[in-house]
Amino acid sequence: MNIYADRGNLLMLERRCAWRGLDFKLTASGLGEPLDGTAHDLFYLGGGQDRDQRLCAEDLLAHKREGLHIAARRGAVVLGVCGGYQLLGSSYVLGSEEIPGVGLVDVRTVRHEGPRLIGNVAIEVELDPGTPARVLAGFENHGGRTHLGADERPLGRVLRGHGNDGHSGFEGVRRGNVIGTYLHGPLLPKNVWLADWLIATALRIDIAALAPLDDAFEDLAHVGARRAAGL
Amino acid sequence: MKAPLAPTLALARSLGALSRLRGGGGTSAPGKLLMRLDPGAIGALAGRLTRGSVVISATNGKTTTAAFTSGILRHHGISLVHNRAGANMAGGIASTLLDAAGPRGAIRGELGLFEVDEYWLGDLVSQLRPRAILLGNLFRDQLDRYGELESIAERWAGTLDADPAREARLVLNADDPMVADLGRAREGTQREAEVLYYGVEDDSLALAGMAHAADAKHCRRCGAPYVFDAIYLGHLGHYHCPSCGQRRPAPSITAADVALEGVRSARFTLHTPTGRADVQLALPGLYNVYNALAAAALAYALDIPLPTIVAGLQATAPAFGRAESVTVAGRSLRILLVKNPTGANEVLRTLALEPGQHDLLGVLNDNIADGRDVSWIWDADFELLAGRLRRVTCAGTRAAELAVRLKYAGIDPAAIEVQPDLAMALDTAVASGSSGPEESDPPPLYALPTYTAMLSLRQLLVSRGEARSAWS
Repeated sequence: MNIYADRGNLLMLERRCAWRGLDFKLTASGLGEPLDGTAHDLFYLGGGQDRDQRLCAEDLLAHKREGLHIAARRGAVVLGVCGGYQLLGSSYVLGSEEIPGVGLVDVRTVRHEGPRLIGNVAIEVELDPGTPARVLAGFENHGGRTHLGADERPLGRVLRGHGNDGHSGFEGVRRGNVIGTYLHGPLLPKNVWLADWLIATALRIDIAALAPLDDAFEDLAHVGARRAAGL
Repeated sequence: MKAPLAPTLALARSLGALSRLRGGGGTSAPGKLLMRLDPGAIGALAGRLTRGSVVISATNGKTTTAAFTSGILRHHGISLVHNRAGANMAGGIASTLLDAAGPRGAIRGELGLFEVDEYWLGDLVSQLRPRAILLGNLFRDQLDRYGELESIAERWAGTLDADPAREARLVLNADDPMVADLGRAREGTQREAEVLYYGVEDDSLALAGMAHAADAKHCRRCGAPYVFDAIYLGHLGHYHCPSCGQRRPAPSITAADVALEGVRSARFTLHTPTGRADVQLALPGLYNVYNALAAAALAYALDIPLPTIVAGLQATAPAFGRAESVTVAGRSLRILLVKNPTGANEVLRTLALEPGQHDLLGVLNDNIADGRDVSWIWDADFELLAGRLRRVTCAGTRAAELAVRLKYAGIDPAAIEVQPDLAMALDTAVASGSSGPEESDPPPLYALPTYTAMLSLRQLLVSRGEARSAWS
């Protein structure tokens, strides 16, 4: 699925690897194709419109569910953004139906009578224990309300915006290297530190071992996204 | 419906003028007041038009398609009431009608020509009761404002299925599966002949694959992915559904032998059931061929003869910000509006046809009229400009994100400067051409602004005496 410019996230990972001399290969997994959970270091699920999402949901369950579980078990990074986040959970409601998800995380998404949750958003996250909290800034646009199971931890705390359900004060989900978030589309171009965290985690190396890059524009873009969210 | 009373019109006019004097509101202020004073005002005023109304809606190309249509109809001697300034929601259309209204039920103009915002189509069709409705395309635009693409298609289908649209002539783009499918409801009915399709027939234009911004890849009827036999622009092209058999309807108004001449012009052969003719446009790009073709189809539906259609299309100059050229401090600056990925891709594709190096002023705003979400720039193929840009100045409220986009598109970061302030950015962009004695002839300078950025740029140029006012 690719509706909210998911390409920006992939481009970000690809270029930043290439500039550091790291070999990066992007493989698309199309409808009907099985997914080998041992063949890749990072799995990305993007957003989609309702019709696309239904097709993807059926396909994920039929052909990719097993592969994604294998990937998560071996510590590969699985990143679900927007619709991809909803599909990672145990179930979600589309129209009048409740559809089972991939079930990598105990997360349920329901439809709500209220308005879509739309706008700039900023959240505070602590990806590694003991490290200072960092800010993720982006844009959310979702009709569904996502509820975490009792044992599930959110990705972060909402500083500005709506988050998972508009009132819990939490955004996204994080279990090991499985991450789901409503911060859609070009999340990484606005949060270059997360791009590097994902690269390092996928490669199982310390983030400090990544060669530094000139991120002057990226840092300015992050400031711009924070400012847009009112931070 | 009772006619609005003259005092109501006068009151709305003077209050509107007052609020404009105080710097509040734009062209739609008097119309919004009028609607508050008399909610039936649009219908009542439109009812005075002796030749009725036509409406044009699309994600991309509304203003230019309306400009082409205006060129044709005026050439035919029809006087128009036309929301030329692009104020295309109810308030703007009410203002346009208010401006044209005279005393005792009079109105200056025979036919209403209205470009209508996608979201407002149903509301305005029910008030304007148009005799013809032209629907051009549905691309992903400002999702934060409108919800998703398919919900707009559903709204449109509902509008067309209800009175008074059921009585209107429909002009639909055969090449957009979501738009063409809206004619299905009339298939097999006695109104079937009232649907006119237009489309491009030129295999040489077909793109290798779906562009990144492509939408509507799945059949509206059965959900299966479409098979595209040719793609011309975004998801516009020749398609069929392998599952339910839905096909692109055969258009009766077509463009063939299209020749794109960089950022300056385009040519094509216009085929209609009554004959064919060569058309030379003063506007560039395949997207403007689509706009001209749409206007030709609408004019054909209004029984305008072919030679008049051709003359009107050829006499149409760019609408403001749509490939318009101005001179700034002795340097020629061409302004190309970009507001969503498909539109931006066509501008970039057109720009890439120009030989040599370019200078660029990119202005990315995230105001409400631009869409607060700037994600779309990541779906625009700025990669087409890699290796082709000498200097880039990024401006606007989200200038830095545009700089990041260009950097990851393969443009040398050393050539990029971030200057959020538009006035300073314009100075920088213009000056970077004349500096350095070794560069006697600076490369052409292009501005790619989002919607509100285009309005600001325009205002800036007017205040510096570099461009005539768009509102004059």
